[in-house]
Amino acid sequence: MDTIQVQGEDALHILNRVKFATNRRTFLQLAGASVGMLMVGCSSSTSTTPSSGVDLGSGDVGILNYAYALEQLEAAFYTQVVASFYTGATAPEMAIMSDIKNHEVAHREFFKAALGSSAIVNLEVNFSTIDFTSRASVLNTAMTFEDLGVAAYNGAGKLLVSADYLVAAGKIVSVEARHAAAIRDLLAPKTAMFAGDDVVDPTSGLDRAFTPTQVLTAAGPYIKTSINASNLPS
Amino acid sequence: MNLQKTILDNIDPDIASNFVSRREAVNKLGKLSMAGFALASVPVALGVLSKASFAKGGTPQSVTDVLNFALTLEYLESSFYSQGLAAPGLIPSSDRTIFAQISKHETAHVALLKGALMSNAVASPSFDFTAGGKFADVFTNYTTFLALAQGFEDTGVRAYKGQAPNLQSDKPTLTIALQIHSVEARHASEVRRLRNQKGWITQANTDVAALAAVYAGDNVTTELGVDVVAVSGVGSDGVSEAFDEYLTMSQVLAIAGQFIK
Repeated sequence: MDTIQVQGEDALHILNRVKFATNRRTFLQLAGASVGMLMVGCSSSTSTTPSSGVDLGSGDVGILNYAYALEQLEAAFYTQVVASFYTGATAPEMAIMSDIKNHEVAHREFFKAALGSSAIVNLEVNFSTIDFTSRASVLNTAMTFEDLGVAAYNGAGKLLVSADYLVAAGKIVSVEARHAAAIRDLLAPKTAMFAGDDVVDPTSGLDRAFTPTQVLTAAGPYIKTSINASNLPS
Repeated sequence: MNLQKTILDNIDPDIASNFVSRREAVNKLGKLSMAGFALASVPVALGVLSKASFAKGGTPQSVTDVLNFALTLEYLESSFYSQGLAAPGLIPSSDRTIFAQISKHETAHVALLKGALMSNAVASPSFDFTAGGKFADVFTNYTTFLALAQGFEDTGVRAYKGQAPNLQSDKPTLTIALQIHSVEARHASEVRRLRNQKGWITQANTDVAALAAVYAGDNVTTELGVDVVAVSGVGSDGVSEAFDEYLTMSQVLAIAGQFIK
């Protein structure tokens, strides 16, 4: 698989989007979004050149760009959340979202500066399935992004050669995990949800660790720009 | 000093009986500095320097050492939550689900690390969670219990993070350590928020003076040479929250050592 779009635009994702969208969007919007997505998917999947998407690169730079892509996604999401909070957001919830937005912006700009001329371009996001006026939609998306970020960094650690980069990634992943727990607690206060059995294996006590392919497939529906992850180490 | 027999059993007799040998062993391990080492933490260090993991005349097995270090911290956490959950009237019913979940994970981590180390695993030390009386009401006063829980979780996060580079030669083990690391961070966030703290660490701040060492040096805003405040426009507090700094093994042992008999 050459690009994130190829990975991301499979039938399951389209189905999920359709299911999600029917709950709250007009059919017209839904059809527009899905068709647009299909077309992007087609253009990528029919392309014969792996370089058709934004190339994350190889080696440690590739992994840092991969992280930079995820941080761009998260920062864009929270920037939009904070710009106009969902209906009924409480002061503590707004404080948490504002803090997280600052953290994600700090992560994004850190990677951009650290990568310098090797940094990928600004990615275009696609938040058409997110209802930013709905608490449930915002918090569930936040949970998805934070849990995904944790799993992404956990899986990418072994792919880094530089110990300095590994430690830098380690400094970030625990903050993503702190976010994940806080968001999960907002969704289900005072339960086991903050480190639920759905993400922390109850037998081993281990969080999830995903490959870049797994992560980019899951993030694909939210990123409009085609990403080429084929040169990443594995 | 009351050295734990369970730990001494695992230590090379020459090392256990000879401080100079032990010191050399510590130096060879390359991570611990006796100079800054609290006496109370020595039993933990001895545990780390198990006979199996540091065979006399052999090559230091750094991965085994790191895993025994991690196991000792997990013993501490697991024992702490087991005792807390068993203490009558300590944890309010509204919060028991949370601590049962945390306790389940710490017990699982102990089992996982023991399974990985097999015969090389160190035994559990005996713990004194009052730290010689400093936290005398830890199992009768929920406020004290919560403060220590936060301290242990935040220490755990910083401890695993600091050891990641020592596991780079063993990728499956590195991944497992990272998978534990993020669970500790989830715990830390939850416990902090139970205490009406932010889930993340601002600067090196703590409201518990006795746990200041847990947060030492966390007020960093320059990462990989990048002044993140300057490039992001995010304030110093936010940037310090965005990056969790690590602790060295000796820093962690000095903290944990206070709770080991």
